Amino acid sequence: MTTLAPTSSSTAAPPLPPTPRRIGAPLRPRDFGWADAGILAASLLSSFLLVWVVFYQVTLLSGIFGFLLCWYAAFLALYWVVTTQVVDRQAATDRTATVVVVTGAFLVLGIVAFIVGWVTWKGVGHLHTNLFVKDMSHFVPADRNVLHQIGVLHAIVGTVEQVGIAAAIGVPVAVTTAVFLNEVGGRGTRIVRTVVTAMSGLPSIVAGVFVYSILVETSVSRYSGFLASLALFILILPSVTRTTEEVLRIVPGGLREASLALGASEFRTVWSVVLPTARSGMITASLLGIAIAVGETAPLIFTSFGNNNMNVNPFHGAQAALPLVLYDFVRQPQGALIDLAYATAFILLALVLILFVLARVLGRQRSTSGALRARLRSVLRPSARSGGSENPSPVGGRAGRPPLEILTVSPNPKEPLLP
Amino acid sequence: MAIATETVGPGRAPLTPATIRNDRRKGDRVFRGFARGTGYATLVLLFLIGLFLFIEGWPAIHVAGWHFFTTSGFQTIGKTKHFGVEASLYGTVVVALVALAVGTPVAIATALFLTEYAPRRLRPFMIAVVDLAAAIPSVIYGLWAIYELQPNVVGISGWMSRHLSWIPIFKVATPQVNASLFIAGLVVGIMIVPIIASVTREVFSLTPPGEKEGALALGATRSAMIRRVVLPFGRGGMISAVMLGMGRALGETIAVVIILSESFFISPHILQSGGTTVAQLIAVHFGQGGRLGTQALLFAGLVLFAVTLAINLAASAIVSRSRSGAGVDL
Repeated sequence: MTTLAPTSSSTAAPPLPPTPRRIGAPLRPRDFGWADAGILAASLLSSFLLVWVVFYQVTLLSGIFGFLLCWYAAFLALYWVVTTQVVDRQAATDRTATVVVVTGAFLVLGIVAFIVGWVTWKGVGHLHTNLFVKDMSHFVPADRNVLHQIGVLHAIVGTVEQVGIAAAIGVPVAVTTAVFLNEVGGRGTRIVRTVVTAMSGLPSIVAGVFVYSILVETSVSRYSGFLASLALFILILPSVTRTTEEVLRIVPGGLREASLALGASEFRTVWSVVLPTARSGMITASLLGIAIAVGETAPLIFTSFGNNNMNVNPFHGAQAALPLVLYDFVRQPQGALIDLAYATAFILLALVLILFVLARVLGRQRSTSGALRARLRSVLRPSARSGGSENPSPVGGRAGRPPLEILTVSPNPKEPLLP
Repeated sequence: MAIATETVGPGRAPLTPATIRNDRRKGDRVFRGFARGTGYATLVLLFLIGLFLFIEGWPAIHVAGWHFFTTSGFQTIGKTKHFGVEASLYGTVVVALVALAVGTPVAIATALFLTEYAPRRLRPFMIAVVDLAAAIPSVIYGLWAIYELQPNVVGISGWMSRHLSWIPIFKVATPQVNASLFIAGLVVGIMIVPIIASVTREVFSLTPPGEKEGALALGATRSAMIRRVVLPFGRGGMISAVMLGMGRALGETIAVVIILSESFFISPHILQSGGTTVAQLIAVHFGQGGRLGTQALLFAGLVLFAVTLAINLAASAIVSRSRSGAGVDL
């Protein structure tokens, strides 16, 4: 309101220029005071009551989702109309758009919280020690007491082995591919990058069908956990490659040039400078890839097939896995099995969540400059210098010399290092 | 190494210019070759996927011919062989379209919230939540959908079938409205929100700040600025993101299998119970139809592979040609 000239108080004012158009409301549409909050709350309440009457009393509809949908639409309309009475139309549209965007984002938040909370709530109640110590070899579908007879240890073992092997193959291959794309370069990077991008959208079922067609259908191999690892490898390769490449890209070029200028070979530069600098980001990328692989179900149908008995050997014979067991439980019509499904779902989700949180925590040190500073500090510390020979430092540690000595020669920090 | 060992000091002979050699050491050549070979291996892998699915699936086409694409059903044993993917392809497309209709607005709102609205401190948390949504296993989405989502949504389905039946797709022939293509599409729509949101977020965050500030300085409200600057700038990226989401939706298997009850009728009534998708066909009938059945399923897998690959390649081509796509990898 500062642009409006003071009109009422001053009597001896010079002739005023034509009064500017009165803007009846805050000049900045983002200003949001108590009155605006009141309008928001009132619109919410009145649209709720209106829709409740129409929805449940007049038209006799049912279902909470339908109600929420109608309430939301009514609320938006009402809120816009009421706001236009207070502020101008543009500001009202802006506020309504803000409401739409915020609800969209919080809808996603709400759904994720709902799923995680629901699985936890349903699953924790059915957790049982048997789940972690028994397999399903005594599985009788009609048994009412099924929860106390069987467990999913065989599936946990299967998942850990399959995903472990997939990661053991996939992460090095992905990192090498990312190094090719970002460090080596040259002919073919564009097409490889395009193909990796296209592969990241490969349906997981196609990966399973492919491994089946190449090995089982041609009688090279029978179902085994290792085949599942191969299918999962195809699925985690593109995502880990792309994330790793992104991390490598933010490694400062000066580091590479310094290493090369000191005479290090290209391999040495990548191995001792680039990759260590990008370590935390690479760990995050790998763990996220693994977290997604843990939950993949479709490829396992064609590769590890599933097994009610414990099979510790991933290279021979069909093997169970957590998502596969869960999938079987969900498709069974028995009531007792659904309890088992909730418990299994909780174990699976917990596994995914642990990997996910781990990825976030280990990748916290995201900024390269921070990583760099920590690295420099460890190199420059006197104690680290004395033991420098056993810790092959990338910069200057080649000739057994104390690393980075040049930074410590000058007693006067203001004296330039170069003449 | 000649450069590194040469030192400047008193009493030395005058410096001779160091020769800079551009040839690489043997170790580096091996390293480059190895990295390049690994990179090319992904090309080979993609090629092999197409090749093997084609080789192993071809006998089914030999039996069915082009009718594979105009037949619906899975009858591969016995005298009369009757199998094909027509209804499955139709169902796949319907599920993907419903998923896009549901998922795209939510995803774009989420991306806008993350780039333009979210308080700085809330942003990393919200991004983590979106990423987590992508990591939740599809079998858990399916479990959640069949026990929590579907019972609450059939009400809407029923209401739409009663009151909106003048729109042809909302008409139903049977009163059952659960286990429908619509509900399957709804679940898949929820599942593709994270991928669309993360790509669009990246595109929106590249909007030149000068243009945004210019719009605000000219008096635009925030929503007007978004409509006039951010959205036009990110249009190419949004199209690509939607196509990427569509690729995911086409290939989604487990959640669809759990929700959808299989039927091979092609019907425009999406609210009605029953339907099939290609991925569901493969997952459900695997191991059932004898050798010919397996071959038919492998060829169906090839079809799915080809369609999703084409869509993904088109998406990356669009984003790289758009103005906003310069720094974006899908």
